[in-house]
Amino acid sequence: MSTITNLVYLFSAVLFYFGLKNLGSPKTARRGNLLAMLAMLVAVLITLLDQKILDFTYIIVGLVVGAAIGAVASKRVQMTAMPQMVALFNGFGGVASALVASSEYFQLGGHLEGSVLGTIGVSVLIGTITLTGSVVAFAKLQGIMKGAPITFAGQQFVNALLILTAIGLGALLIMDPTNWMLLLGIIVLAGVLGITSVIPIGGADMPVVISLLNSYSGLAAAATGFVISNNVLIISGALVGASGIILTNIMCVAMNRSLANVLFAAVGSDGGAASGGSGEQKQVTRYTAQDAGVMLDNAQSVIIVPGYGLAVAQAQHVLQEVAQILMDRGMDVKYAIHPVAGRMPGHMNVLLAEANVSYDLLFEMDAINDDFKNTDVVLVIGANDVTNPVARDKKDSALYGMPILNVDHARSVMIVKRSLSVGFAGEDNPLFYDEKTMMLFGDAKKMVTEIAQVLKG
Amino acid sequence: MSDAILMSIYIFVLAIFIGMEVITKVPPLLHTPLMSGSNAISGITLVGALLSTGAGQAWLATMLGLFAVIFATINVVGGFMVTDRMLEMFRKDKGK
Repeated sequence: MSTITNLVYLFSAVLFYFGLKNLGSPKTARRGNLLAMLAMLVAVLITLLDQKILDFTYIIVGLVVGAAIGAVASKRVQMTAMPQMVALFNGFGGVASALVASSEYFQLGGHLEGSVLGTIGVSVLIGTITLTGSVVAFAKLQGIMKGAPITFAGQQFVNALLILTAIGLGALLIMDPTNWMLLLGIIVLAGVLGITSVIPIGGADMPVVISLLNSYSGLAAAATGFVISNNVLIISGALVGASGIILTNIMCVAMNRSLANVLFAAVGSDGGAASGGSGEQKQVTRYTAQDAGVMLDNAQSVIIVPGYGLAVAQAQHVLQEVAQILMDRGMDVKYAIHPVAGRMPGHMNVLLAEANVSYDLLFEMDAINDDFKNTDVVLVIGANDVTNPVARDKKDSALYGMPILNVDHARSVMIVKRSLSVGFAGEDNPLFYDEKTMMLFGDAKKMVTEIAQVLKG
Repeated sequence: MSDAILMSIYIFVLAIFIGMEVITKVPPLLHTPLMSGSNAISGITLVGALLSTGAGQAWLATMLGLFAVIFATINVVGGFMVTDRMLEMFRKDKGK
């Protein structure tokens, strides 16, 4: 690699850094993304000009096919489906890194130094885990697979055995470099491990899984950088790896759970599908959109709490319509966003941005939690566990210790929900039976549309 | 362990710390675009894929490289475009 090529890669790595930095503020985020694009373009162009490339035929085929698929997918995807799209893309990044490492192995027919063989093993291992883990996450989010945890006896033992065997095969590969069956063995074991480690993780824990897989896709790229001694891969891969780790940590803190608990404890029922258990014997009064409209008419301040149910019902646009009607009447309207609302970090913010909600109306949990007690009406749509007061005091609950939105402190609460079913944590929500709560049963989109009609009335 | 790999490990570790420093400051509002954007950046492996495909050597190595180019390009192009689409929607006081 020439000195000029290397310096251009360094320039590209610096651009990636500034891109990520600019992604950190709403005002500069778009520029940040453009800088990262520029960084990628620079890195790709200098690579194509590099003298090592002899044949461009397959390169052009690959670039055209990949760009076409990527462009169409990015234009067509619904904002509600962003989590599964990002999950799948993580997987593609991982498999690409594993393929590059494998290609390097076969290029040189296994005549490689031990340290390079070791990095090939690591790159293939992480890349393949990222691929199959992401495909499972995608299937769960897309509803192809049930969201509920899938567990079997000795699961963690099996996972430990898989990873140790894969590492063992890597060690054998270093001793017996030309035996490509060993590399194939690592790929198969890693593929199985990706599946068995993601299936026990429930649907609502997906924000953690996607963040972690995001981190893996970066680490796989960095490992491939080691294989081909390319610093731009190492630096950018490390930046992405770090970003994924930070997001994983933020998500775990928001649920007051350790990463080990999320990955291994198989927490969660299937959310909406489960029945209400003991809750069904308690008294709940059903209200209609008409009642809700009257109550909103008399309110001065409203906080809206959106959850995954909003995304499922695609109710964000009509919700914005209701909020706009209320704001036009001079009412104080805000949105309270719990960090783990939705299926990926920041999911609700994207949905509401799509519905033209100004981002200065969106408040993080800590910024808004003290405002609930001075609020007339809280409108909860498709959220459950993040509002459940048992998280504060019921010590044996799966939710205990999770920071929640203080919805129960408001003067009155309206909850739009399909049924009395428990949330993901399998815990009944006493808020549903509180006398200041108005339960509005039905599909979120239909119910909010009716409320909008009543308000326009 | 060769000096080259040792140097790479230095770079890797320092870059991890830089990444943590930069990302810790990102507000939750932007977590989704951050994730899809950083996801696109992980497609940097495309650089390696181009070298594998274009070296014009063993057939198997070239084919593995071709698929690597396809997957990495989907990741890069799709990731950056969808991030831009999202960020375009993040505005203050629009539609009023």
